[in-house]
Amino acid sequence: MNAALQLKDVHKSFGSTKIINGVSLEVRAGERHAIIGPNGAGKSTLYNLISGRFPVSSGKIFLGEEDITGLKPFQINRKGLSRSFQVTNIFHNLSVYENIRCAVLWPAGHHYSFWRRVGGLREVKRRAEETMERIGLAKRRDVPAGVLTYAEQRALEIGITIAGGAGVVLLDEPTAGMSRTETAHAVQLIREVTVGKTLVMVEHDMGVIFDLADRISVLVYGEIIATGAPAEIRANRAVQEAYLGTLHHA
Amino acid sequence: MRYAPVNLGRWVLWGTTVVVFAVAPLVFTSSFALTLLTQMGSFIIFALSYNMLLGQGGMLSFGHAVYSGLGAYIAVHALNLIGKGTVVFPVTLLPLVGGLAGMVFGILFGYVTTRRAGTTFALISLGIGEMVFACVLMFPGFFGGEAGVSTNRVVGKPILGISYGPALQVYYLVAVWCFLSMVAMFALTQTPLGRMANAVRDNPERAEFVGYDTQKVRFLQLVLSAFFAGVSGALSCINFEIVSAENVSAIRSGGVLIATFIGGVPFFFGPILGAIVFIFFVAALSGFTKAWLLYLGLFFVLMVLYAPGGLASLVMMQIPVLRARRFGALLLPYAAAAGAAALAMAGLIGVTEMVYHLSDVSGGTLMTLAGMEFDAKSGVPWAISVSLLVLGLISLHFATRYLARRWAEIKTA
Repeated sequence: MNAALQLKDVHKSFGSTKIINGVSLEVRAGERHAIIGPNGAGKSTLYNLISGRFPVSSGKIFLGEEDITGLKPFQINRKGLSRSFQVTNIFHNLSVYENIRCAVLWPAGHHYSFWRRVGGLREVKRRAEETMERIGLAKRRDVPAGVLTYAEQRALEIGITIAGGAGVVLLDEPTAGMSRTETAHAVQLIREVTVGKTLVMVEHDMGVIFDLADRISVLVYGEIIATGAPAEIRANRAVQEAYLGTLHHA
Repeated sequence: MRYAPVNLGRWVLWGTTVVVFAVAPLVFTSSFALTLLTQMGSFIIFALSYNMLLGQGGMLSFGHAVYSGLGAYIAVHALNLIGKGTVVFPVTLLPLVGGLAGMVFGILFGYVTTRRAGTTFALISLGIGEMVFACVLMFPGFFGGEAGVSTNRVVGKPILGISYGPALQVYYLVAVWCFLSMVAMFALTQTPLGRMANAVRDNPERAEFVGYDTQKVRFLQLVLSAFFAGVSGALSCINFEIVSAENVSAIRSGGVLIATFIGGVPFFFGPILGAIVFIFFVAALSGFTKAWLLYLGLFFVLMVLYAPGGLASLVMMQIPVLRARRFGALLLPYAAAAGAAALAMAGLIGVTEMVYHLSDVSGGTLMTLAGMEFDAKSGVPWAISVSLLVLGLISLHFATRYLARRWAEIKTA
């Protein structure tokens, strides 16, 4: 299998504090890969390293064949990796439609154009409307994103992440803070919108993980202690020891 | 079916603007009014270009006069070369020269300022403003020192009767450029770059994660804004026939910030209102009273405190009420508030003018205000002014509460 995303011995320290301690990880093309771990294990930091928000201290990150280590977030995004955020990170004063459209403009090739009317870009409009349809916000099209309900904002967060058509999608706790029905709805949405894509997700809800993931990696204190299919991870002695309690609820 | 509907409202608005531009000098015929209108026209361009930064791109600049001022300097030298016959170029298109010059300086300085957003951008823009001002005084050969560079806008033979000698011709030149700039700047808000400038203003981080280099978005937005600032600079050069250090000064940079804010940063048309009001204060009120700057400052502070969306937001607030045909219910509270405000203003003006008059030792204590002659040192005018002010403030307090109650009723209905 080809690796869609590959981390080779990645380290990250903030001052003298080591957060990520030599992570090597291979995400296969087309799989849904979950990263789990206790609070403070470094999951969010790992995301920030992959997506270019922070520079790595050492190690290499590859997107497909390409070395993306040290690139800026927008460069990585243009190469086809898109991420969502644990804390909703949307354009609050723009409407739902404009939020999605922002994510479509670059991939549709319009870049910094100031000589074309954005309203006349049919392909952009089509893709934005299609994404709104998929995330169930078509009826909220002209509502400012800031006044949406929490669950709607989370859906919009996913919408912005997938609208550009990136091949590798990183979701950061997409169901955090949701009720049970909202979570079920979100899982269904994630399943639908990531068909044919490679999905990496950080998640705390074990139900969601065992429902969605093809493979799971367990991150503890900045190191990956196991990677495997859900059943293997459940049976893994090291995982049970490091991460006991949480798994029992699954 | 897929075609966007014709936006009738927009056409009506633009059409009305053209008519207003065309007939304004026919309605206000005095030469003073014409000067005022001409200044308003070029300042509207300046304020709109400023709002491309502040309102649309979230960039608080303290040095926008750099672009209009340097554009004006280049334009004044170009005009002098045309006058000497060294260069053949129509004066009508001189704003293009100013605009391109503004753009070049936008590229030069913007490369530095737009690397960062927020406070850092504001501080660097302030620094560049001071730097340019210092340079202007340092090189009197090109910039003419404190006195500036003067020129004569009437060059060559009139084309189709247009010599730009009469002020009316200058007004129409400014009006045409103002209208074209308004349309162009509005069109820019409707482009991918314009939209991404909004996105970068709201959430620069997320913009980076949908593929945009926020530095580049800010940079391009600033360069385009500097173009229009330069256009306005060239128009003021034609209008006043002089460009001096004042054109690039921090005072002018602060002025455009105040005008834009008063007009309303969140709305495209806000700066238009702001420019009109600002020029009224600067050019008209300053002829009547020495305290005009104090009044402007007070007005600005009140707007920041009570109407941070500017005059435009006050206008826009009425639209849903008008649509619901409930405006009638607001007439009485508005009248009450206006009356109370007028009382308070009368008192405030009385006090302020007397203080200003007494501080001017050369004038004696006798003064006239609103057609009445009185002694600024006697007790009666002070007593009247202070009681007007107090009475006005008290009634304003009740009037605004009355107004707020009516608003709440309309909202719930």
